[in-house]
Amino acid sequence: MSGTINHGLAQLAAVDQGFFTDRSGGGCIQDNKLFCPGWVADNYDRYVHPTLQHLVLVGSAVAAGFLIAFALAIFAHRHRWLQTPFLAGTGILYTIPSISFFFLLLPITGRGALTAIIALTAFNLQIIFRNVTNGLRNVPANVTEAATGIGMTPSQVLWRVELPLALPEVIAGLRIATVSTVALATLAVFANGGGLGTEIVTGSNITFKTGIIVAGSIAVIMAILFDAVLLLIGKLLAPWKRKQALV
Amino acid sequence: MIPLPALTLPTAAFGLFGDAFNFVFDGREAETGGVTVGGTSQVLDLAAKQLEVTLLALAVAILLAMPVGLWLGHRQKGEFLAVSAGNAGRAIPELALIALMAAAIGVGLVNLVVALAILGIPPILTNTYVGISQVDRASVEAARGMGMTETAIVRKVELPLAVPTIMGGVRTAAINIIATATIAPLAGILTLGDFIIARNVYGDAGVLAGAILVALMALALEGTLAGIQWAMTSKGLKLKRS
Amino acid sequence: MTAESVSASPVRFDSVTKRYPGADSVAVEELSFEVPAGEICVLVGPSGCGKTTALRMVNRTVEMTSGDILIGGRSVKEGDPARLRREIGYVIQQIGLFPHRTISQNIGTVPALLGWDKERIAARAAELLELIGLDPEYGDRYPAQLSGGQQQRVGVARALAVDPPVMLMDEPFGAIDPINRSRLQNEFLRLQAELKKTVLFVTHDVDEAIKMGDRVAVLKKGGHLAQYATPTELLMEPADDFVEDFVGADRALKRLALMRVRDVDLWTAPLAQAGDPAEPVRTAVAAAEVPHALLVDAENRPLGWLSARDLDGEQVPATPDSVADPLIDADSVLRDGLASLLQSGSLYAPVVDARGRLAGVLSVEIVSDFLASDEASESELTAAERPHD
Repeated sequence: MSGTINHGLAQLAAVDQGFFTDRSGGGCIQDNKLFCPGWVADNYDRYVHPTLQHLVLVGSAVAAGFLIAFALAIFAHRHRWLQTPFLAGTGILYTIPSISFFFLLLPITGRGALTAIIALTAFNLQIIFRNVTNGLRNVPANVTEAATGIGMTPSQVLWRVELPLALPEVIAGLRIATVSTVALATLAVFANGGGLGTEIVTGSNITFKTGIIVAGSIAVIMAILFDAVLLLIGKLLAPWKRKQALV
Repeated sequence: MIPLPALTLPTAAFGLFGDAFNFVFDGREAETGGVTVGGTSQVLDLAAKQLEVTLLALAVAILLAMPVGLWLGHRQKGEFLAVSAGNAGRAIPELALIALMAAAIGVGLVNLVVALAILGIPPILTNTYVGISQVDRASVEAARGMGMTETAIVRKVELPLAVPTIMGGVRTAAINIIATATIAPLAGILTLGDFIIARNVYGDAGVLAGAILVALMALALEGTLAGIQWAMTSKGLKLKRS
Repeated sequence: MTAESVSASPVRFDSVTKRYPGADSVAVEELSFEVPAGEICVLVGPSGCGKTTALRMVNRTVEMTSGDILIGGRSVKEGDPARLRREIGYVIQQIGLFPHRTISQNIGTVPALLGWDKERIAARAAELLELIGLDPEYGDRYPAQLSGGQQQRVGVARALAVDPPVMLMDEPFGAIDPINRSRLQNEFLRLQAELKKTVLFVTHDVDEAIKMGDRVAVLKKGGHLAQYATPTELLMEPADDFVEDFVGADRALKRLALMRVRDVDLWTAPLAQAGDPAEPVRTAVAAAEVPHALLVDAENRPLGWLSARDLDGEQVPATPDSVADPLIDADSVLRDGLASLLQSGSLYAPVVDARGRLAGVLSVEIVSDFLASDEASESELTAAERPHD
């Protein structure tokens, strides 16, 4: 049995010899040292396309996850009894490992970026749903009571009072979802979904350390940048939080 | 290898899902020819391995992260460290971590468990810190006022009150670890993920079977941990939350 | 804003009943009373008496089961509740300012809902900030940057924003410390003297009810109206044992809360300014009601008491032996004035108006005289109004 499986792995890890020999890097590449700066300098262009693909994967999955989870959270805010089933449902989607999700979708959407985006979206739902719901729940009761008491309609209370006050938690959820998705999207390669994972696994060799480090680093930097941008947006949209801190 | 007719005929109607079903229970010939792959014995072998590495890594992560989180949380110190660890942990690309670990340090069970434990540490550390430090200071002051030692305060007051938050971190860690254990074959340890990754051996039926098995296993682990959390949470806290 | 420019409407409860679904007993049963336009009606009673429920049925944050509430003759049940609420000021104990909006935006909430333009909202917010005595620069701050008392003032300003004919106040000063509560109560009474709104005010504190109310509705469990009367009537003639018990055994003393310091005959003290010749002051002190002279500044603001030693010289000195402490606000009630005197252990204290200028001197003797005369009037009233006795 084990013989067969090793055979399978060997196939996957098949060395793309041309990749090594055609490019410069000399002895560093031949010896597969931990990091070959010369090779990176000559080959940075090969990361442009996977990076863009990665951005599309993450952007689509987070945007779709946000729209769906936000709508679910608003709906469950009006109909409280739905919160438990929604939480359980999104919890199941969150728990199923993305790599497994890709292939559960195989009979339906086949292989490709769409499959990866759907699986990553499913992963996001719980994080965003939970944060929006908590954010709305943490709005002090006296504030909504006052809003209703001075004559806001339920939808005015929601859009003018509850959601702005929930915003910091909504943004916090988006940050968690985005950073996690950037990391997870490297797995999209297994679903033929492209992205930075392609520079870690296929077409080359999973033992090529420099390639792994560069692709992994781009993913980490992308996550940090997304996080910083969302943090900034949150600060700009919630000025009252900043002023409070000064008191 | 001889399928029971009663089992195969109806399942065939489900197309690929039926094939996956057959793959799990009966096995089939490898795509590469010659050998039989799948079947209950191989499924159980790989499942056991996946569970083994997952639980080992989770145990290592708990043993390393929880005492640090407890200590920092009790002292109300190191918030930046504890919270940043959680944020940074999320940014680690699992695939790159496993691949680099295998390529730079070598394949093998110990290395894999270390890599998986690295993924499990941040959520446990952060949640333990947050859970302990957010325990109502009045409860802690009351305990100190009654003459409890610091260890007793952690054990009898802070820890029981922080159970839901800490277990939340353990569950997140477990999900990360079992998901990443699926790509453990890249590091030379064969788990259920082998069915998924080595499609050229197992075919689409094997891939789908692997995906279903991994999903079920993750859900079962999550369900078990949720049950443990429920059992560990004091009745008083459950009342408060409902 | 002048008294003529504002409107107030009477509020009538007509057999109002509230039964919460699933509850064994009614929260409010067959409650009927009328609050004349421009008066403060305090709903008071022990917890669970239905006073807050009764209040909230006015703006339909709680819907009544049967009966009706009429504002200016119009049923609150007509039309959209949100629109109704915009025409009724609402202040709650926890204030409920919007933490994400500035003070000006908070005050301008209802005007914005009603579609006022920006300049008009800004002008109104500035006007109201001045009315509640907050500096205009507070307009750009956030609620978390204000003290509890300031937040509650803003809560009142927000309720007044569109000059509503009716205000509902649900334990508005309940979460404020006693000193600030008394100050806010006085401020609100001063505002009300100018604005003349119809106010429904809920409290569980009978002292507050007596101080704030033109009329007091005492409710007992189940929202039954035990007595609806002016504070004086309530103290003089409790309708039954429940009211008597609730009002308390010290109701004679509570009557001190019915009278404002400015409304009693205050004593006068000889006055002197720094540099005045001392001789005439010494003569005046010997003959005056208050056997001490008060040093005042050019604006007639008290600076301190002059002792005999201070007046030994040729001229009145600039720094007296003892400072003028306590100073009593002319708008405070007699009870608070007496409390200040007792607390400081002094027999006299200068009374000052809102600008700090001397209005007279309050003495312990004035208070005891008032109580004595009041005792007398109570027995007369009792004899006159209880012919059956």
